[in-house]
Amino acid sequence: MILSTPTRRSEIAAGLRASLAAGLGMFPLGIAFGLLVVQAGLPWWMAPALSVAAFAGSLELLLIGMLTSGASLVAIAATTFFVNFRHVFYALSFPLASVRGAVARAYSVYGLIDEAYAVTAASPTGWTGPRLVAMQLAFQAYWVGGGLVGVAVAAALPLRIEGLEFALCALFVTLTLDACRTRRQVPSVLLAAASFSVAVVATPDAVVFVALTVFAASLLVRFFATKLMARVSGRRAEMES
Amino acid sequence: MSQPAYFATALAIVFVITVALRAVPFAVLRPLRESEFVGSLASWMPAGILAILTASTLRTSLEGGDRVAEASLAVAVTVVTHLALGRRTLLSVGLGTMSFVVLANIP
Repeated sequence: MILSTPTRRSEIAAGLRASLAAGLGMFPLGIAFGLLVVQAGLPWWMAPALSVAAFAGSLELLLIGMLTSGASLVAIAATTFFVNFRHVFYALSFPLASVRGAVARAYSVYGLIDEAYAVTAASPTGWTGPRLVAMQLAFQAYWVGGGLVGVAVAAALPLRIEGLEFALCALFVTLTLDACRTRRQVPSVLLAAASFSVAVVATPDAVVFVALTVFAASLLVRFFATKLMARVSGRRAEMES
Repeated sequence: MSQPAYFATALAIVFVITVALRAVPFAVLRPLRESEFVGSLASWMPAGILAILTASTLRTSLEGGDRVAEASLAVAVTVVTHLALGRRTLLSVGLGTMSFVVLANIP
């Protein structure tokens, strides 16, 4: 056990601070999720159980409907795979190397949710193990806590605030702005917009998965196109000199 | 299969697939970190992935109702707040969400 040194404590505080903005979106969405679980007729404990097993909001919201209608386990497996496939891309830049210790590393990988990736992608430097893991634990606390509050609210009174889920959208808007501070990011955003449009038109039922796949493929093309252009202009410079 | 067994099996399947999708790429991609290709992808991907997640959450907010104007206005509030008031995420997200909730609840 590592003792709590002032730096370790300040790193944990920094992690909790980094979690607040996303928490503002996750907590109300968690409440909505808890409400839905009860309203769909699932046992209340499925709210925290899903938030521990999946820990992925969009998937959990989908699973409510599937479990209620008794969907096949194969369909559940396929949906999980396709909806969460985007996480495959997160390993490329997630600062897992800053986390020491097997348990902390395992948790950090398990807790690599959209919000954790998004916050680290928007500010890629300065991460330490305690800061990163504290942020991820806080995320899970907001999400599981929100779900439990939702379950309790559903049992107590039929309250509904329209539009709270927009917090998640607003969060991603700010994170995108933070990731695009320089003009060098413009081509990526344009390719992403094109990929998203293609996915909405071609596969309205699997938009995120298809958009990310098309986007990854377009970056592949971009890489080889950049290489080719560098070689051509290099040869031209050679001929002119 | 009894209902508790069905739920328990489903939860186990979801857990294994989700953790595998998050863990396997670390093992596969680590040896490739040094390559120019993986380096380019790592620097190009975040902005695009975030843009796609933004578009998809916006699409979710638009579902089940005619709220294009409300959502556009709330996104504009979020962007302007974020750029004009010094990128304070909590403030930008708070004001953006508040405008959407207020607009969505006006009859």
